[in-house]
Amino acid sequence: MPSNENYNVAVKVNDLHKYFGELQVLKGISNEINKGEVVAIIGPSGSGKSTFLRCMNLLEVPTKGNIYVDGVDITQPKVDIMKIRQNIGMVFQHFHLFPHMTVLENVMYAPIKVKKLSKVEAKQQASALLARVGLESKAQVYPSRLSGGQKQRVAIARSLAMQPEIMLFDEPTSALDPEMVKEVLDVMKGLADSGMTMAIVTHEMGFAKEVADRILFLDEGKLAEDATPDDFFSNPQCDRAKQFLEKML
Amino acid sequence: MNLDFGRIIPNIPFILQGILLTLQFTALSTIFGFLWGTVLSLFKISNITPLTWFSNVYTSIFRGTPLLVQLSLIYYATPQLTGYNISPLEAGVFTFSLNSGAYISETIRGGILAVDRGQGEAAKSLGVPYSMMMWDVILPQAVKNILPALANESINLLKDSTLVSVIGVTDILRRSQIVAAEKFIYFEPILVAALIYYVIVMGLTTGAYALERKLQRSS
Ligand SMILES: Nc1ncnc2c1ncn2[C@@H]1O[C@H](COP(=O)(O)OP(=O)(O)OP(=O)(O)O)[C@@H](O)[C@H]1O
Ligand SMILES: [Mg+2]
Repeated sequence: MPSNENYNVAVKVNDLHKYFGELQVLKGISNEINKGEVVAIIGPSGSGKSTFLRCMNLLEVPTKGNIYVDGVDITQPKVDIMKIRQNIGMVFQHFHLFPHMTVLENVMYAPIKVKKLSKVEAKQQASALLARVGLESKAQVYPSRLSGGQKQRVAIARSLAMQPEIMLFDEPTSALDPEMVKEVLDVMKGLADSGMTMAIVTHEMGFAKEVADRILFLDEGKLAEDATPDDFFSNPQCDRAKQFLEKML
Repeated sequence: MNLDFGRIIPNIPFILQGILLTLQFTALSTIFGFLWGTVLSLFKISNITPLTWFSNVYTSIFRGTPLLVQLSLIYYATPQLTGYNISPLEAGVFTFSLNSGAYISETIRGGILAVDRGQGEAAKSLGVPYSMMMWDVILPQAVKNILPALANESINLLKDSTLVSVIGVTDILRRSQIVAAEKFIYFEPILVAALIYYVIVMGLTTGAYALERKLQRSS
């Protein structure tokens, strides 16, 4: 679909509202994420970070507003959401690996079923991705035998196997033991360096500061602050962000 | 009471021959019932109102009426309604599959709902269409969770299979009744039948238990 949007914009969010029944969770968020940009989404618990992220691949259906991915408004009923989702990877707090498939099968599954890759191609690609996240030796293992950090790295490899242009992360390290956080953040850092467009909900302030190009601070369903990491961490504008940072740091 | 098994010993092989039929009957009903139950359970969790409505009414009817009534209806009504001369065995398998599908659909529905929501979300986020997500991701996990219940259903089918003797299928029970009528002794053949059923059910129960243990260990 031709678009008159700026070709540099990966995701454009326009006046996004989301209700769960009576509860208004997102109250008019507008923003743009450029291609290759890494955006950290932070904010207090319940502020709507996950909901915001999940709207971007329509795991939650926005109540009002528009979301453009590569210029296509994905909130329009006629869009092929399966097609859009192939282009947007998502990594969850609790990994959600498929427990009845081996690590390799987890990574090969969607390329074979959705992209109709041959088994040979899919396997080559999966092996390369597992090597990239440092887990080629675990290819034949079932997820239940992996540590949390390993599971999350497999989950990242599984998402990357669809060769997405955008990656969404919802607190990818929050369920991990502290000693495993780094191995996952390192993989994400590598991904960021490779030019991937990323939106990351995280409580890892150090990581956000170091890797993100921009910080979005959500508070009570509103985008309370949109700043570079330097500005945000050294000189937060709103009181809520100040309070939040005092608690976090 | 004097029990004299000596007189029916020559007839025991005849009764035993019913085992194969009973097992076949149970296996077929289990398989078709499972497939039909899967379809019904998918109807139940779908957002398509006529399908959920149909499967709920269907389940209610088949759970709310006696199996023997269903069996008689299907056996006697099918030839009249369709002109197809249904054999007693076919009528039995058909009825039992329809009936067990109703029960199993509830079990499978529960199994599907018990699968972590994240599994479906992970599949969706990879762009996997609904049907593939169900078939490749959700159902295998759901079925694994409910295997013990399915094994139980199969055991119930086996015991209920004696009902088909009413429409003349020569299963274990029917054969023991034939022997009883021939020899004018009633307890002994029926006791033999009871013993055979008990041994089979115990075998299946032990197998199901071993399977359950194995699954518990592997997860
Ligand atoms: N499916 C849902 N149905 C009803 N309410 C929901 C649903 N999902 C989220 N909510 C509510 O929406 C609000 C925002 O939730 P959300 O998960 O987006 O917050 P969050 O910023 O990600 O919080 P956290 O840091 O705890 O993950 C919360 O009050 C939550 O209870
Ligand atoms: Mg959240």
